[in-house]
Amino acid sequence: MNETVGTNGLIFNEPLLWEKGVSGRTGFSMPRRDVDNAPVDENLAGKGPDFPDLSEVDLVRHYVRLSQWNFSVDNGMYPLGSCTMKYNPKTNERQAALPGIAGAHPLLPESLSQGMLQLMHELSDDLCRITGLDAVSLQPAAGAHGELTGMLIIYAYHAAKGEKRSKILIPDTAHGTNPASASLCGFASIPLASNEQGMLDPAAVAELMDEDTAGIMVTNPNTLGLFEENITEVAKIVHDKGGLVYCDGANMNALMGVVNMKDSGVDVLHLNLHKTFSTPHGGGGPGAGPVCVTKALEPFLPVPRVTEENGRYAFSWDHPQSVGKLHAFWGNFGILVRAYSYIRSMGGENLKKASQLAVLNANYIKERLKGTYHLPYDRPCMHECVFTDKHQQAHKVSTLDIAKRLMEYGFHPPTVYFPLVVSGALMIEPTETECKADLDRFIEAMKAIDAEAKENPDLLHDAPKIPKVRRLDEVAAARKPCLRD
Amino acid sequence: MRYLPHTDAEIDEMLQAVGASSLRDLFATIPENCCTLTHLDLPEPLTEWELDRHMGRLAASMAVSPGYKVFLGAGSYEHHIPAAAAYVLSRGEFVTAYTPYQPEVSQGTLQAIYEYQTLVTRLLGMDVANASMYDGASALAEALLMAVRMTRRKRVAVSAAVHPLYRKVVETYFRPTGYEVIELPIAEDGRTDLAGISGANELAAVAVQSPNFFGCVEDLHSAAAKVHQDEKTLFIAGFTEPLAYGLYKSPGSQGADISCGEGQSFGIPRSYGGPGLGMFAAKQECLRQMPGRLVGKTTDREGRRGFVLTLATREQHIRREKATSNICSNQGLCATAAAVYMAALGGTGIRQLARLNYDKSEYLKKSLVEAGVSIPFSAPTFNEFTADFGQGFDTIWKALLEKKIVAGFPLSRYYPEMAGRYLLCATETQSKEDIDALVKEVSA
Repeated sequence: MNETVGTNGLIFNEPLLWEKGVSGRTGFSMPRRDVDNAPVDENLAGKGPDFPDLSEVDLVRHYVRLSQWNFSVDNGMYPLGSCTMKYNPKTNERQAALPGIAGAHPLLPESLSQGMLQLMHELSDDLCRITGLDAVSLQPAAGAHGELTGMLIIYAYHAAKGEKRSKILIPDTAHGTNPASASLCGFASIPLASNEQGMLDPAAVAELMDEDTAGIMVTNPNTLGLFEENITEVAKIVHDKGGLVYCDGANMNALMGVVNMKDSGVDVLHLNLHKTFSTPHGGGGPGAGPVCVTKALEPFLPVPRVTEENGRYAFSWDHPQSVGKLHAFWGNFGILVRAYSYIRSMGGENLKKASQLAVLNANYIKERLKGTYHLPYDRPCMHECVFTDKHQQAHKVSTLDIAKRLMEYGFHPPTVYFPLVVSGALMIEPTETECKADLDRFIEAMKAIDAEAKENPDLLHDAPKIPKVRRLDEVAAARKPCLRD
Repeated sequence: MRYLPHTDAEIDEMLQAVGASSLRDLFATIPENCCTLTHLDLPEPLTEWELDRHMGRLAASMAVSPGYKVFLGAGSYEHHIPAAAAYVLSRGEFVTAYTPYQPEVSQGTLQAIYEYQTLVTRLLGMDVANASMYDGASALAEALLMAVRMTRRKRVAVSAAVHPLYRKVVETYFRPTGYEVIELPIAEDGRTDLAGISGANELAAVAVQSPNFFGCVEDLHSAAAKVHQDEKTLFIAGFTEPLAYGLYKSPGSQGADISCGEGQSFGIPRSYGGPGLGMFAAKQECLRQMPGRLVGKTTDREGRRGFVLTLATREQHIRREKATSNICSNQGLCATAAAVYMAALGGTGIRQLARLNYDKSEYLKKSLVEAGVSIPFSAPTFNEFTADFGQGFDTIWKALLEKKIVAGFPLSRYYPEMAGRYLLCATETQSKEDIDALVKEVSA
């Protein structure tokens, strides 16, 4: 490559809000006062917070400048493994902003909120059809919140049988949040090593699974980007001991229209609407993490649930075995609207095609880069592939250096140093919305970086130079935390 | 399909490169007994324009202003959102970025969240704030769990005047832990009756909400003093309407150890209840036990100011099962929305707007009293309050829906003993005319 895609562009410095504000300005059109001042209790009245005063122009420039320091899906390819950074359709935003939706109060009488109840009912039904499972709760606000809900359901299921199991099996290829979610329900995490092929080993599961173990938390496809080929056998072992199979469905983008999760042996599954169903990540949220379950676990789903009778929709609260409530109201509703818009725009055939193309894109990158980067598991992958820095280590170049240099080629780095079972991991998930030309550019960039590692490793050690800031001192940040001005 | 860029020729070329004969062939490693879904039985795809019509129809069934006059608060508030705030929030660079794991290319999100944390500490009078939680309810549950960790005690007390749906969430989080939640009763004036806590020893925390679910502003100062009679017990001051702190003293200045609640009021549309924003702030000594993401200030290799995610050693991906919480994200965009909104108001604006909310609702209260409606609780309120219309008002309330007025929230739904009592909210969005019309209808 003769030149990188990234250039310095026009990046402006911008002070903090309070370095910019001048007392006496305002950025707000104060509504007209049409009532008198009422007396206020003097013991309770305060001075109000010390906020900076800015004009509307100050405010807009401040945030537009800040926004320009971000890389985003709207800027370019964002192949962050396990995060499914697919394109976020703009019509979804239009729908969520409709006044009837954005302006709706959550405690409106049911008779005056039929449209939104219908949307929730239909979306639940869609997610059942996509996963093969029988019932859904849309309430969890994020993936980890869905995991917690799933663990609570497993806890409640055993409790209903008069059992209190103390352990849960968690493979080393599962997502990092899994053990923390399990421990909130009092389950001790029992780590389970994957085998040489990066797969769950039924014999290892059989050895650890007992009647004090509540179940297993599987991520499928796992964090190596591989489908757990022994999943049905593993599920049978767990079920035979009275346990349940929880599946982290964060990687569902590989499997739509292909795998029936219920038939694969899964009892509880959470989905990330902000991954598979195209809702934007918002710099860290909001997302949504619906939980899908089998018929047998339906009584334990959170309340309220949405029911339909003769075309009338209602909330139903009377589910005595329910785990309870997880969200102040009904979940991250605005995110549900976006996912619903996506599913209605795509239809069944296109969702299946999306999964096929996501898998095609990942395999294409894997095949084209495997001579250049070390591929620890050389097998057909699903939606993502995992390389390492083993070859580049010889030149004292690490995964981190490769990641930082990629920024200068105009790409967001892949997920780095995860999964933990692979040393120096570079986990690449292109998603289906990247075209072949962009994949080719990414592959060329990765190859160029490998060449630079040999010829001019300092170029990588010093990267990145063109963003707003260079590498930051994270050690100092943690040692003496400065979390506010 | 416009989101799928591959041409047939490209697909063929790529299949060849990976050595697969067809798209189906890519899934050959999956056992057949899992591949039982050959076809997704979903409604046919809609064009962009058909989707607009379909969603427009669903949205049209909802009772929203200006067609309806909705006097509902109860944890979700109608406030004007400036066009400039909505505009900057719609920037794709904020909307379509991930969690800022790569700080060099995420400084926009990071500075915005650092500013958010600072504004929240100033609003609530606390030392540190995190980058946000899911909502007010999960923030309260996490605050109580944090108090349990910090004190190594197993019992907490929560006021019955805390939002009933938040208390249900707390119950859910606490059920498998075995920790006990004690409910504190409501006093005559609508505030929390704290008399019971002196008998209940070994409390990890006492949680109240101010303004509480009935709209009443708690006397946080004397509540804190009572709670701190046991030095170890942490005092949690929650809220559903943070705008109140533009008028009333902040929880931190009144002795709260933790302050957490819902930030929806700050520039976030109600969206049928979510996404909202869990604000979470605490005293410095709580820092290492705090759940959630934190953004910190540091410098880059050239000594320039920059921001990073920090203190990740508390978090799930490093500490796994020993983490302070399983939360892996924040409500990033909602936190940014709140920061933009707080900056748009400024210190001058938030005082004016808070006062206007207070005055509108006081005007409604005064007009109702003049019309003979009784106000059962004497404690001061902010922008919502409880009115007693008496048993049998139910029919009038329903009839008013036909007239496109939602005359408050019937408290009997969560407090069966409160039949006839309604929670009414008036913010800056209600005009005097709307308020007068409501009063006329309910006192007719």
